[in-house]
Amino acid sequence: MTDTTFAPARQPIVKRYPVVLVFLGCLALFTLGVTILSEGFGIGVISTSFVKTLGKTLCLCLVALAMDLVWGYCGILSLGHMAFFGLGGYAIGMWLMYARTEIIVVQSLSAAPLPPTAQEISDGIATQIFGVVGASEFPPIWAVAHSLPLQLAAVVLVPGLLALVFGWLAFRSRVTGVYLSILTQAMTLALALYLFQNDSGLRGNNGLSGLQNLPGLGHVPQSTVSIWFFWASALALGIGFLLCTWVVSGKFGSVIRAIRDDESRVRFLGYPVEAYKLFVFTLTAVIAAIAGALYYPQAGIINPAEIAPIASIYLAVWVAIGGRGRLYGAVMGAAFVSLLSTYFTGGQAPDINLGFYTIQWVNWWTVLLGLSFVVVTLFAPKGLGGLFDLIAARTSPNRHGADLGPDVGALREKEAEK
Amino acid sequence: MSSLLEVSGVSVSFDGFKAINNLTFQIGEAEMRAVIGPNGAGKTTFMDIVTGKTRPDEGRVLWGEKSQSLLSMSESQIAQAGVGRKFQRPTVFEDQTVAENLMLALKKKRGPLAVLGFRASRADQDKVVELAEEIGLSAALDRKSGELSHGQKQWLEIGMLLAQEPRLLLVDEPAAGMTPAEREHTTEILVEAAKTRAVVVVEHDMEFVRRLNCKVTVLHEGSVLAEGSIDHVTSDEAVIEVYLGR
Ligand SMILES: Nc1ncnc2c1ncn2[C@@H]1O[C@H](COP(=O)(O)OP(=O)(O)OP(=O)(O)O)[C@@H](O)[C@H]1O
Ligand SMILES: [Mg+2]
Repeated sequence: MTDTTFAPARQPIVKRYPVVLVFLGCLALFTLGVTILSEGFGIGVISTSFVKTLGKTLCLCLVALAMDLVWGYCGILSLGHMAFFGLGGYAIGMWLMYARTEIIVVQSLSAAPLPPTAQEISDGIATQIFGVVGASEFPPIWAVAHSLPLQLAAVVLVPGLLALVFGWLAFRSRVTGVYLSILTQAMTLALALYLFQNDSGLRGNNGLSGLQNLPGLGHVPQSTVSIWFFWASALALGIGFLLCTWVVSGKFGSVIRAIRDDESRVRFLGYPVEAYKLFVFTLTAVIAAIAGALYYPQAGIINPAEIAPIASIYLAVWVAIGGRGRLYGAVMGAAFVSLLSTYFTGGQAPDINLGFYTIQWVNWWTVLLGLSFVVVTLFAPKGLGGLFDLIAARTSPNRHGADLGPDVGALREKEAEK
Repeated sequence: MSSLLEVSGVSVSFDGFKAINNLTFQIGEAEMRAVIGPNGAGKTTFMDIVTGKTRPDEGRVLWGEKSQSLLSMSESQIAQAGVGRKFQRPTVFEDQTVAENLMLALKKKRGPLAVLGFRASRADQDKVVELAEEIGLSAALDRKSGELSHGQKQWLEIGMLLAQEPRLLLVDEPAAGMTPAEREHTTEILVEAAKTRAVVVVEHDMEFVRRLNCKVTVLHEGSVLAEGSIDHVTSDEAVIEVYLGR
């Protein structure tokens, strides 16, 4: 019996966790299927815009994984992770916009009798980009926008550093539970309000646009580019899933789940709880940022509204509906809810005429989502992921209605698996 | 015998109520000590102070041969220095198996990066199995600890305490909810542990304390009322009045 407890720990992760293999298999099949059905590489059953929707959905699944790691496993209900997602998008968007505008400006200046100086080109780009906010000079934060490697580094470093500093301040003062959630909301709100200003250096409420056009690849049709990004998103999600599984398996996962359920007890075992929280918070912020950097080139535009506090709340709702505390649940929740949301808010869903009132889904979808959130929380706390328990015939420990730990983030009895 | 823990002149008050009042307490390297006292005497609060959960208003808490002050250390640093604690209400990680609980407690590096790369060696696994045997939970290694009975959770927590290999064990009412046979076994484990380390046991049950056969400290209203052998303290007038005579 001791063998059943320990021996598996020596095998590779995919063997210990068959769910990883199943997940990666499904993801690969899905990617292949979409590719075959796409306009760019296949028979053209799926439109390019829908390929983009699917690619974006994969990115949302990736950020949901991060949310599940930080909330479902570590018990930190961060309502600010979409800020990191947005920052990732801004970081890559700056390069995309700069590089593409540079090509346009160089082209238009090449008609002039004298070859343009570097300063003229730079001024031209700045006027093009910042004309909408009445500026014609590059703000300091655009200093490295010309360099793809440096902006890619910024995708990881800027959100990572923000999370590190914010987390350090918050966890060090032992802010937990609702107060921490409020603090993260304040952070994302402050960031959004700042970006809304015209002199924020990121074009205020216009945001960055034209991100779907890859600089230097203007001749490649969007049907092809969309599939490239779709592949990249699928790859990122696959790697993200492996990484998260590795983190939550083994002793590290054991420690963070213990922190979720009873943080002070973990301290008395000698674990520096704050360091663990900071690690998880920062790691998930970076994952969120990478997801954002893949999402916005597919969306084509990013503006400060994307960082609004509500976005992060939706993220928590997806994970709750999918079932927190299991990685595939988060992916299912994000995919299911965001696709449904696209369907209902995209005007595709037929209105329902009740005679006295017409239900227009564009408006009523949010109400439906809110209601299903309440219903899931009350009646099916394991979320969509819990459906698998029916197959696996798992049962929960009987705690006679008590939660599995004293902390606010602790699993409720109804959520626990055997 | 040099003292391992030295608490002197410690006071703490909650909203004006003095839970610990000028308390002085010492324990040596390999010593067993029972702490008794009526409800609200401050026994648990005393442990809270030593483990860093509660900061005293005044006084000193010194640790080890270097007489390091525990007051400036965090809970996790104190635990790493070698203070292990068993809580009055059994607190184990209910969502995790008995094996996982023991593995968490096992004396190993505690930092996030070290833990991320941690792989349980054969020796670690054997240690866990050995501990499980000692606390009678071998058959439950793979069970979620949330399913255990109250008594079994007490055992698991004792096992976790031993797994930490602390130099000082603070044990708050270990025998609550146990059968007489289990109490006997608990006594054995504690007496065995006290051969190599310091053990402080808080207990209400006089019979249990008597079997520990050690020096007894009686707490009352946050300070020491009497100290000595069990026969000495049970014949003390003041002790009889506040505690035994009720
Ligand atoms: N955090 C706190 N805030 C306010 N009062 C407290 C706090 N902790 C303890 N007290 C009070 O301090 C006193 C001592 O409590 P303590 O828990 O140390 O008693 P005890 O000796 O362990 O009692 P018992 O035998 O019931 O476990 C009690 O009156 C208690 O109400
Ligand atoms: Mg007590």
